[in-house]
Amino acid sequence: MASAPRDRSRDQEENARRKAAMAALSAAPAEDLRALWREAGICVEARTLRGPETGLVTLRGRMGGGGAPFNFGEATVTRATVRLATGEIGHAYALGRDREKATLSATIDALWQRADMRATVEERIILPLAARAAQAEAQQRAETAATRVDFFTMVRGED
Amino acid sequence: MYVAVKGGEVAIDNAHRLLADRRRGDRDVPALRLDQIVEQLALAVDRVMAEGSLYDRELAALAIRQARGDMIEAIFLTRAYRTTLPRFGYSRPVETGAMLVERRVSATYKDLPGGQLLGPTFDYTHRLLDPELAGDAPVEAPAVRPEAPEPMPRVTEILAQEGLIEPDGAAGAGTEPGDITRQPAEYPMDRDVRLQALSRGDEGFLLALAYSTQRGFGRTHPFVGEIRIGEVDVELDVPELPFAVPLGRIRVTECQMVNQFKGSMKAPPQFTRGYGLVMGQSERKAMAMSLCDRALRAAEFGEDIVAPAQDQEFVIAHSDNVQATGFVEHLKLPHYVDFQAELGLVRQMRTEFDERRGASAERKEAAE
Repeated sequence: MASAPRDRSRDQEENARRKAAMAALSAAPAEDLRALWREAGICVEARTLRGPETGLVTLRGRMGGGGAPFNFGEATVTRATVRLATGEIGHAYALGRDREKATLSATIDALWQRADMRATVEERIILPLAARAAQAEAQQRAETAATRVDFFTMVRGED
Repeated sequence: MYVAVKGGEVAIDNAHRLLADRRRGDRDVPALRLDQIVEQLALAVDRVMAEGSLYDRELAALAIRQARGDMIEAIFLTRAYRTTLPRFGYSRPVETGAMLVERRVSATYKDLPGGQLLGPTFDYTHRLLDPELAGDAPVEAPAVRPEAPEPMPRVTEILAQEGLIEPDGAAGAGTEPGDITRQPAEYPMDRDVRLQALSRGDEGFLLALAYSTQRGFGRTHPFVGEIRIGEVDVELDVPELPFAVPLGRIRVTECQMVNQFKGSMKAPPQFTRGYGLVMGQSERKAMAMSLCDRALRAAEFGEDIVAPAQDQEFVIAHSDNVQATGFVEHLKLPHYVDFQAELGLVRQMRTEFDERRGASAERKEAAE
C-alpha cells in the first residue's frame, strides 16, 4: 500500500517526460527531425497500426481569455501509431499534413519507451530538437523585445 | 414542370482551360511557389486561414494561388477542403496568457507588466509606396534586445483587481460549447456560438459593423484594453494517452476591448468587455470582432437594441462570406425556366392592368 503514491508520482514524472519528448517532436520542422534521425543511425522495425492519417482538430479558446470555452476554427493534424517488434506502441500527433513526420515521430515515441533506447533517443533527437526550438524562441523574444516602447517624460519649466 | 436542359459541356471545359491559362499568365514570368506566398503574403494567408476556418498555411497559400488571389474564392476552397477530413477532436482551450508574444499593445495603460511591444506593425509607417520594394533590395536583420522573459498578464486581469470590470465570461448551463459546424444556427444564439461565427466571419463585414457602432449605431464607448499577437500551444486529449498530447503552436491575435457602461436595471456601472480571437496575425479583424461581440451582448446588459450591429440574426446570419457569396452568386446561374414563368406572370398582370386602366378611362368618359 505504501508504495502506491510513490508509483503514482513516478508515473506522473514519466508521463511528463514523455509529453515533453512528444512536444519536441510535434513542434520540430520535418527536415530537422529527418536529419537527426538519419544521423542517429537507429535501425528499428516498426509496424504501422494506425495511419498515418490527416484530420481536423477543432481549436478552442476562452471568452475574455480565461472564461468559458468556445470553438474558433479548425487545424489540420496528422497522426500515426506504430508498434515495434519488441512490443512498444508509439503515438504521434502534430499540426500539419506531414505523414512521414508522423510515422517517424511515432517510431521515436515507441523507442523512447524502451529502457535500452531512451537515453539514445533523448540525447540524439529530443534534446537537439528542444535546444533548437529554445534558441529560435530566444531569438524571437529578443527581436520582439527590441520593439518595446521605453516611455520617457519631457520635463517642462524651471524647477 | 421540371425541364432538364443539357449542353454547354464543351464550353465549360474550354472555359476552365482558359481559366488555367489566365491564372498562369505570361509563361516568361516565373510561377509563384507556395513558400513564396506563405513567406511574403503572410497576412493574406492568415486571412484565408481565419475565414476559411482552417489553420494550415500551405493549404491557404495553395487556395490563394488557385483562386488567382480572389480571397473569398480562396476561403471557399479552404472551407470545401476541410469538409473532406475526419475530425479527431476538440483541443484544450488555448492559453493566451502564456502566449509567446510577438506584439502586445494597450491603449488603456502606458506602463504595464511586460511593457508595450510594437512587433512587426504597419502602425507609424507613412503609408507611402516604397519603390525599393519593386526590386529585391537586401533587408536588414531585425534588431535584438536579449533579456530574460517577463510574464505578461492580460490587461483585463489588472483592471479586474479593482472590481471595476466584468470578469471573463463564465460558462453557461451547458458545459460543452456549441459548434456551428455541427448544429444549425438558432436565435437567440449563445455567446460561445456567436464568437465562433465572428471568428470566421468576413473581415470587411465585421469591420463595417464595428465602425457603425463607433459612429453612433449602438454606441459602445470602446478602448483597446489589449491586443496581443503571438504563438500559443495546442493540446488535444486522446484516449490512448494519459496526458493531453501537444500538437505544436499556432499564431493567433487576441483583442480585449473595454467598454464604458453606465449601468442598467440588470448591471452596476462598470467596464464591460468585448472579446476577439482570430487565427494568424489579424489585428483589424480581432478588433472588429471584439466590438461586434460587445454590441451583440446588448440584451445581456439590458440595453435597447436599436442598431444593426446589436441584432444577432442580422450580424451572424450575414457574416459568413462563403454563405453570402453562394447566395448572391447563384443568381448568375441559369434561371431560364424560373424567368419564363415570371415573364408569363408579368405579361398577364400587364394585360390585366391595361384592361383595368382602359375600363376606368371608359367609365370616366361616360361620367363626363
